[in-house]
Amino acid sequence: MDSGIITALITLSAIGAVAAVVLYFIAQKFKVIEDPRIDDVTDALPGANCGGCGYAGCRAFAEAMVKEGTMEGFFCPVGGNDLMKSLSPLLGVEAVEKKPQIAVLRCNGSVKNSPAKYSYDGPNNCTFTHTLSSGEGGCMYGCLGGGECVDACDFDAMYMDPETGLPVVKDNCVACNACVLACPRDLLELRNRGPKDKRIFVACMNQEKGGPAKKNCSVACIGCAACFKVCPHDAITMNNNLAYIDYEKCTLCRKCVEVCPTDAIHEINFKPRPPKAEVPKKEPVKKAVVVEEGAAPAPKPAKAPRTESVEVAVEKPKAASEASDKKEENSSENQNNNQ
Amino acid sequence: MLKTFRIGGVHPKENKMSASAPIEVMEHPKRAVVPVSQHLGVPATALVKKGDFVKTGQMIAKGEAFISANVHSPFTGKVFRVEETLDSTGFRRMAIIIDVEPDNWMEGIDLSSDLKREIDLSPEEIVKKIHESGIVGMGGATFPTHVKYMVPEGKKVEYLIINGVECEPYLTSDHRLMLEKGEEMMIGIAILMKGLKVNKCIIGVENNKPDAIAHLKDIASKYQGISVEALKVQYPQGGEKQLIDAVLRRQVPAGKLPLDVGCVVNNVGTCFAVYEAVQKNKPLIERIVTVTGKPVKKPSNFMVRIGTPVDMLLAKAEADVEASGKIINGGPMMGKALVTTDVPVTKGTSGILLMAKAESNRNEEQNCIRCSKCTTVCPQGLEPHLLKILGKRMDAEACEVERIMDCIECGSCVYTCPAQIPLLDYIRIGKAKTGAMIRNRSRK
Amino acid sequence: MSLLVVSGSPHVHGDLSTKKIMWGVVYAMIPALLVSFYFFGMGAVKVVLVSVVASLFFEWVITKYLLKQKPQISDGSALITGILLAFNVPSNLPVWIIIMGALVAIGIGKMSFGGLGKNPFNPALVGRVFLLISFPVQMTSWPTPIPMFKAPMLDAITGPTPLGVVKEGLRNGESMETVMSQVPDYVNLLLGNNAGSLGEVSALALLLGGLYMLFRKIITWHIPFSYLATVLIFSGILWLVDPNAYVNPLFHLVTGGMMLGIFFMATDMVTSPMTPVGQIIFGVGVGLLTIIIRVWAAYPEGVSFAILIMNAAVPLLNKIKPKRFGEIVKA
Repeated sequence: MDSGIITALITLSAIGAVAAVVLYFIAQKFKVIEDPRIDDVTDALPGANCGGCGYAGCRAFAEAMVKEGTMEGFFCPVGGNDLMKSLSPLLGVEAVEKKPQIAVLRCNGSVKNSPAKYSYDGPNNCTFTHTLSSGEGGCMYGCLGGGECVDACDFDAMYMDPETGLPVVKDNCVACNACVLACPRDLLELRNRGPKDKRIFVACMNQEKGGPAKKNCSVACIGCAACFKVCPHDAITMNNNLAYIDYEKCTLCRKCVEVCPTDAIHEINFKPRPPKAEVPKKEPVKKAVVVEEGAAPAPKPAKAPRTESVEVAVEKPKAASEASDKKEENSSENQNNNQ
Repeated sequence: MLKTFRIGGVHPKENKMSASAPIEVMEHPKRAVVPVSQHLGVPATALVKKGDFVKTGQMIAKGEAFISANVHSPFTGKVFRVEETLDSTGFRRMAIIIDVEPDNWMEGIDLSSDLKREIDLSPEEIVKKIHESGIVGMGGATFPTHVKYMVPEGKKVEYLIINGVECEPYLTSDHRLMLEKGEEMMIGIAILMKGLKVNKCIIGVENNKPDAIAHLKDIASKYQGISVEALKVQYPQGGEKQLIDAVLRRQVPAGKLPLDVGCVVNNVGTCFAVYEAVQKNKPLIERIVTVTGKPVKKPSNFMVRIGTPVDMLLAKAEADVEASGKIINGGPMMGKALVTTDVPVTKGTSGILLMAKAESNRNEEQNCIRCSKCTTVCPQGLEPHLLKILGKRMDAEACEVERIMDCIECGSCVYTCPAQIPLLDYIRIGKAKTGAMIRNRSRK
Repeated sequence: MSLLVVSGSPHVHGDLSTKKIMWGVVYAMIPALLVSFYFFGMGAVKVVLVSVVASLFFEWVITKYLLKQKPQISDGSALITGILLAFNVPSNLPVWIIIMGALVAIGIGKMSFGGLGKNPFNPALVGRVFLLISFPVQMTSWPTPIPMFKAPMLDAITGPTPLGVVKEGLRNGESMETVMSQVPDYVNLLLGNNAGSLGEVSALALLLGGLYMLFRKIITWHIPFSYLATVLIFSGILWLVDPNAYVNPLFHLVTGGMMLGIFFMATDMVTSPMTPVGQIIFGVGVGLLTIIIRVWAAYPEGVSFAILIMNAAVPLLNKIKPKRFGEIVKA
């Protein structure tokens, strides 16, 4: 055997050994003692880093939760109740259950309901058009149709309907709150999904008096308070000429929907009413077919696309990771453009 | 060499079609809409309600906050309604609507046209009078004037600078004012100098108004400490910071006020309003408005009462609204496109500009060719091409590092961009996001 | 009444457009183009035509079918790339090589980055360097010029460029005087009566074009001036140190692709820095690299390499910020 090889072997091994010893001591000296549960919890979380929990990412959420030692006030909207329950043995505390939620758009000022009062020429961006003027439809509370909420959605749960010019929330919404924060007019709200995804809400944010509101948009809430008077559960409040339904109090009796003169109150995933104006009593819905609201009397053509599709998210975590990958791609692309 | 500011700038086609049209007094409308928020800052609180009878010159809304301004009734009549009405901002905002009757002036208002040269009031009284009369910056920014005159302790003011630049193309209201109301304006300047306790004043006028410069120089020779400076024609010279740089070679640091370099800047229109308020006891209820543009048959300058609908002005100037695709409140560089012509003239309406259909739409946006012309023309020394990318990405942190809040939205970058990119629109997105971020931070 | 248009301010736009800038550059290249026709005859016409047509074709095909966008060949940027590529090759280059050059220039140099405005390197130079490395023989056999449009299309007599003569001579140990006696005099170098790539021979015609662009404000003085000054100063120092080992600075200036580089390639908006300070550093860098390559490296000519290397440094140079308002202390 060549002596050169032996020398090389010996020297390299010696260097390796010395380095190993040094590294060992350094590692000992600078050891960071971390609660192993943080890693466990982080692994169990979806890893979407969407920020829906109110923390910067999944790890920050896990750290905060482990540090506090409680699950009260902590909720991962992506994983939902199932995930939180599975985390409870890891942390040794009781999970706090929360009703599943979904984002709803509180505006129905589609191209037909609220025709353009001028022609806008410029970048289609909500933040900008919001500062420029009240919006093409003329309503200074309504949707601008720039799609910033859709851009903010990391879960592919929203899209812009080209016909109405309004965003649509799909059923795989995880209620991460990103769109709510993105909207410069605060039109999106997280509301309880309700039993069998049935929900009722006022699809308008217009705080003007009836006349001007109706002038710009045929389906605006005119502040007539008819729903307020009819509600048997005190779920409806009137503020600045605008009705608001408290989703915790609402029992989905649909009385308000009937009395609304402008069809501003939307009911989602209910069985279509029989043509006669009788109120069906809590009828069990046979199938989770997506149903159009207020079908029979006075059909509004523009309401059709407002149907929420039945795309139930089966593989939520996958969709999430895909979305985040996509986002990364975009950002690197932007970086190139920047040069 | 004529003076101008030192960084950037463009020279758009001047198109001052109405420069030779003398100021005409506008008739009164049947119904006037007087918004309570015609100024920068907190809207004034309406003092009248439906059915009240108001006299011309009566205060109808009070600016209670620090940065706010009073609003006076420009007409006599009954208040028809106090409600949200569409104004020139494109938003519906609170306004007082008056059914106009023949004028019945408030007592104490001097309606004679005699010049009154003696200044009786003390500096404090002058500032108080300006505050009471609801005077705001008449150049278009509508910043309440009295706030500028509340000089904080420890700040020393050396110069009063008067902005007669009118760097916006098309507009001529300041030009006509300097020509026709030069004497009154000069007394207004003397009042402001007394109010500010300074003895030096420079009036900056761009060199495309030689008649106004000669006229003002002639009048100024009778006053102590007032000089007229002819400036090179360069946009945006009318910007406060740019004007100070042009006449004094002093640059206001980012985030600071003109006061920090010892200056207060006022528009010539403001000086005239101050004269009227202090010497004639007449609050700010009218202003000069230019109506111009290619579809206008008779480009004119009108003396208009606040609250007069724009429609009336267009009719009197024989404007062809059908042929115009865009109607702008203000000049073409910084003015705001109107949603409808059914809006009232406010304190900040310096002009109504009509654009022919062919020139109304933007050109198609192309790829940026990195020519860096936007950087060259930016009067604030920013890099609009970079801010555009960051703004489009809504990257507020990066925008702040690049000093997006320094942008004065003059539009020079968009004007120059060979790729026709609406840079400023994207920069405004970035500004909105960055501003929100900064506000959130200071709240914490 | 039709709806009013609403958009953000400003509502007027200047006369400047991408098209105008690009066509301005094309006009500025006309004198050099005519000179090349004058000295290299139909060969030059053929090369220019092939290069331009191929560039436009590839631009159109790639935007339409690969990027699936609306082709914008009328903006003139592909035309410039085509002419510049032709300017950078000998007039007897076979057609298929030119077409390959155009494909690399447009396809790899420009479109692979996303088209106009997004390429980090000057596309024409990418094409040229690709050809130079792939086809060194064809790319370095320059036909000798024959004035009065009389140059034949084929079988032209070829010879080295003045720079090549000097480099070869000095390497073989000949004295400066003998070397300089073998190259054309300054008048011929200025007018273009010397061997070389077809667009680079006449320093005077290129200077004319450059001045036109400066006058039209298509380019600013920063890059041409700093580039020119650096070349003169750096080569001047070398020349003063040893006039027998280094060529004089004027010779550097009027030979090879120097003038073409100074006015047309280093000043390319897309691939040059965006702030005046950055542009000056860029010009200085290109100047230094050009002389270093010319004097010490294997190639007699260094303009294209120097510009490409500095192109790569542009993102870094763009970090230099312009002077912001308010940073100047009161004067």
